[in-house]
Amino acid sequence: MTQTYKIRNLGCAACAAKMERKIKALPGVLDARVNFITQKLTLRTDSTQVDDLVRQAGDIIKSLEPNALLVLPAR
Amino acid sequence: MSKRSIRLPLALALLLIGLLIPGTAVRAALLLAAYLIAGYDVLWGAVRGVLRGQVFGESFLMSLATVGAIIIGEYAEAVAVMAFYQTGEMFQDYAVDKSRRAIAQVMNLRPDSVNLLTEDGSSKAVDPAGVGVGALILVRPGEKIPLDGIIVEGESQLDTAALTGEALPRAAAPGEEALSGCINLTGTLTLRVTRPYDQSTVSKILEMVENASDKKSRRETFITRFSAVYTPVVVILALLVAFLPPLLLPGAALQDWVYRALNFLVVSCPCALVISIPLSFFGGIGGASRAGILMKGSNHLETLARAQTFVFDKTGTLTQGRFTLCSIHPQGLSDKELLEAAALTEQHSLHPIARAIVDAYQRAIDPERVKSVNETAGGGVSAAVDGRQVLVGSAALLKSHGIQTPHTAEEGTVSHVSIDGRYAGHLRFRDLTKPCAATALERLRSQGVSRLVMLTGDSQQAGQEVADELGIDAVHAGLLPQDKVTRVEELLALPGRKGSLAFVGDGVNDAPVLARADVGIAMGALGSDTAIEAADIVIMNDDPCQMAGALRIARRTVRIATQNAVFAIAVKALVLGLSALGLSSLWMAVFADVGVAVLAILNAMRALRLTADNKGCVYINNMPKKAKAA
Repeated sequence: MTQTYKIRNLGCAACAAKMERKIKALPGVLDARVNFITQKLTLRTDSTQVDDLVRQAGDIIKSLEPNALLVLPAR
Repeated sequence: MSKRSIRLPLALALLLIGLLIPGTAVRAALLLAAYLIAGYDVLWGAVRGVLRGQVFGESFLMSLATVGAIIIGEYAEAVAVMAFYQTGEMFQDYAVDKSRRAIAQVMNLRPDSVNLLTEDGSSKAVDPAGVGVGALILVRPGEKIPLDGIIVEGESQLDTAALTGEALPRAAAPGEEALSGCINLTGTLTLRVTRPYDQSTVSKILEMVENASDKKSRRETFITRFSAVYTPVVVILALLVAFLPPLLLPGAALQDWVYRALNFLVVSCPCALVISIPLSFFGGIGGASRAGILMKGSNHLETLARAQTFVFDKTGTLTQGRFTLCSIHPQGLSDKELLEAAALTEQHSLHPIARAIVDAYQRAIDPERVKSVNETAGGGVSAAVDGRQVLVGSAALLKSHGIQTPHTAEEGTVSHVSIDGRYAGHLRFRDLTKPCAATALERLRSQGVSRLVMLTGDSQQAGQEVADELGIDAVHAGLLPQDKVTRVEELLALPGRKGSLAFVGDGVNDAPVLARADVGIAMGALGSDTAIEAADIVIMNDDPCQMAGALRIARRTVRIATQNAVFAIAVKALVLGLSALGLSSLWMAVFADVGVAVLAILNAMRALRLTADNKGCVYINNMPKKAKAA
């Protein structure tokens, strides 16, 4: 499954690269892209607990850029 | 976001006043105040980062450098570093925001609402996402076409520039397809929706361009890896510079070396580097899409930039797929008689060869003279002309009627004719090259493409003629689609081949070749999902000059990205060197760091303004696809 999320207040390109590296390393993540310019996270996963994974990704983003925020898609 | 535009001038004013006041205590207090005003959020960010275990964060490094400066008594420099760092950040945010906007504007194709026709004949504005296939929608003059559809009613001119980069509007009439993203210029149209919003042409294109920068270029991957190592290494070097010399060298003052180390910390942030590369590529992709060229990834753009071999499919890429009669070879009758018999026989056929015969005849055709017309698909036509049985078509068709055709020395595209069971001669045709093909190839050459190769399913003779006309180096003719893959593989394996290999085709029946080449380019792809899907780079219209335009944009984008990387790394290395020797000051370091970032971003933004530059290469789209379908 591939899902795209918006990241608000993504301010630093080097941090975006770090986020990508760390999110990629999460178990269950097949691939991840943090696009600094479009401010988007694209997550490809085979995990059944996607919500949990997204929460972890959100934590990683917060830890690297305290002002940044992962926007969850409306359901 | 705190108001940096107020805080920074305030901090600088306090800094100036502080520098003018001689009293140490007052001065220190003023400078400290200035420092806090300029950088409290950076300090707070550093604290939060450290609490979460982030020691190489930008905020932390800047805080460490400035706090260090304060500890060794360099108050003024601490303020300066913080203020200039913040100015740089502000500028960087502004520039990034501006290019994000510029890119969004390029892609401002997305419709806001759709005029849905209701059963009573009135229209109401609704969300495009909610309109289903088969619904009737109304598009007024001046409006964007919101969804793909077939024109049911109305005639108009469509401006396709947003999709194809083409300046000339296209006529649109009932029964034709109107693609979303075009602008309806002159008349009101009623469309029957053929695709839901998320599969419409405009949605697909937008998605593709937005995701293009996800496919990273090698340069970007390199810079990301480099920066991941760069920061820790510079910080460790800073520690060594601060403490090793004072321990080892007699007479080295700790304060002096700590000051040098602080310079290191100031230039340890890799952001300028990390941002300028993808920003350049993104700009190039944005500029290309404005010109009607879709680059499906930064990596493809980079591969195209290295292209030194271009391989073309002949028909539809370099030629129009329209034939013209070039010679008549009668046997036992005159040129005129042979052509007349053929034209009368072929008058109703839509085959490109038939059209070429009728075009060449140039005289009114009396349909009464022709009876019992019978067309064999891929073979030819038989008919009774003035009571005589005429066959026009391939050697195989004549043979099936028991007529031997002589072996024609000149091959090319040939149509044989027989009258009343007797061989009457043959006609030869040529596939017309596109008006701009020669210019396009010349431009590729002038951009350093060293090898031009053409592949075709047609005969050697037909291929060679086009190749001679356009100045192509090699022709491989008589190829089936799978042979084309083999040929491209051979070309890829050629010893001593430099650069990358680009294949250009129409994207419809050469998908495997597009995939096999280093970079696959589909031409004339507007409205063809298969072509858009299969290629790495998509040229929306069928103007061959766009190939040169795409190469130009790719080359320039890559050059800008490389300039940025080299420039940023060089300046950082220079500052590190000077700092180690004690020749740099914190002022210089922060100027270098912020200045490089700003210059790199400005440079990257140039990429956004790149154009295909097809000047002097007017190409009127005569839509051969449509001719075939008609």
